[in-house]
Amino acid sequence: MHIAEGFLPPLHAVAWGAASAPFVLHGVRALTREVKANPESTLLLGAAGAFTFVLSALKIPSVTGSCSHPTGTGLGAILFRPPVMAVLGTITLLFQALLLAHGGLTTLGANVFSMAVAGPWAGYAVYRLLRGTRAPLMVAVFFGAFFADLVTYCVTSVQLALAFPDQATGFTGSLVKFGEIFALTQIPLAVSEGLLTVLVVRLLMQSSKSDLIRLGVAKLTSGKANQEATVR
Amino acid sequence: MSRNAKINTLLLLLVAALAVLPLALGLGEGKEEPFTGADAQAETAIAELKPDYEPWFSPLYEPPSGDIESALFALQAALGAGVLAYYFGIRKGRRQGAAAAGAPGAVAPDASAQS
Repeated sequence: MHIAEGFLPPLHAVAWGAASAPFVLHGVRALTREVKANPESTLLLGAAGAFTFVLSALKIPSVTGSCSHPTGTGLGAILFRPPVMAVLGTITLLFQALLLAHGGLTTLGANVFSMAVAGPWAGYAVYRLLRGTRAPLMVAVFFGAFFADLVTYCVTSVQLALAFPDQATGFTGSLVKFGEIFALTQIPLAVSEGLLTVLVVRLLMQSSKSDLIRLGVAKLTSGKANQEATVR
Repeated sequence: MSRNAKINTLLLLLVAALAVLPLALGLGEGKEEPFTGADAQAETAIAELKPDYEPWFSPLYEPPSGDIESALFALQAALGAGVLAYYFGIRKGRRQGAAAAGAPGAVAPDASAQS
């Protein structure tokens, strides 16, 4: 989903930058507030950022005969709400733009919007919706991460179709073209990301249940959790 | 192996299968360059849609070769994996420390600190 350096016309680049900036600024405030209010969150915040670092570095083959990478933003959005991911995702994209020539500074705004804003919010919305219907936690986590990943690539397709409409078929024709490249390739990868996010949340349930309870992800239901509750 | 560990292993195997199957089934066959990155394909698509488009800005730094680029990608993954391992290592150590301290129904120190 990394639109390469210089590959968005200046007007589009500026517009996406302007669209992303408030989310990132709001995210910085949300992040500092979280760290101040709950210093013990810092370590888990680092782990959520690290998850994005790992997953967005892994290019995985897909059924379309091309390859692409997951985003890893669903986990942090579920744990800490999406604003925090606007910051962690931006850091990841900056690292890749500056060191790997992957993505770019002129396309940073557009890439931040797809990976660090739209994806996390879409994933979080699906997660909350499923939690609202009393779906099991892991089902909600899976689909939250799945949609955070897939929506990111759909947004990239829209961004490119807006900038490069097809001569004959216009925006729609171009959207189909970019959708085939990005969204179709991404479906099995989004499944992988969903499974990996479920794995990490399972490990967190074993190692850091008190954090998950404080963040509202896990509830005090099992016997072990009740013990913790009495201590509190 | 505990039930938990079995489920975790199964999840990892599923992810591995999803990554390997497209290669094993030869889904990239018949393509000019099988398994190229989607990002590079998008650049090609832009060139088809608007042949006269010229990127108006180039990266400040570009890895001098594909190998260096791979190394930097590996570095990115290693940094992330390192921090994740540190996190889970610390949590495990805390739990074991609490258990060794002999508290009945040992609780992570941070949980008791808040009470």
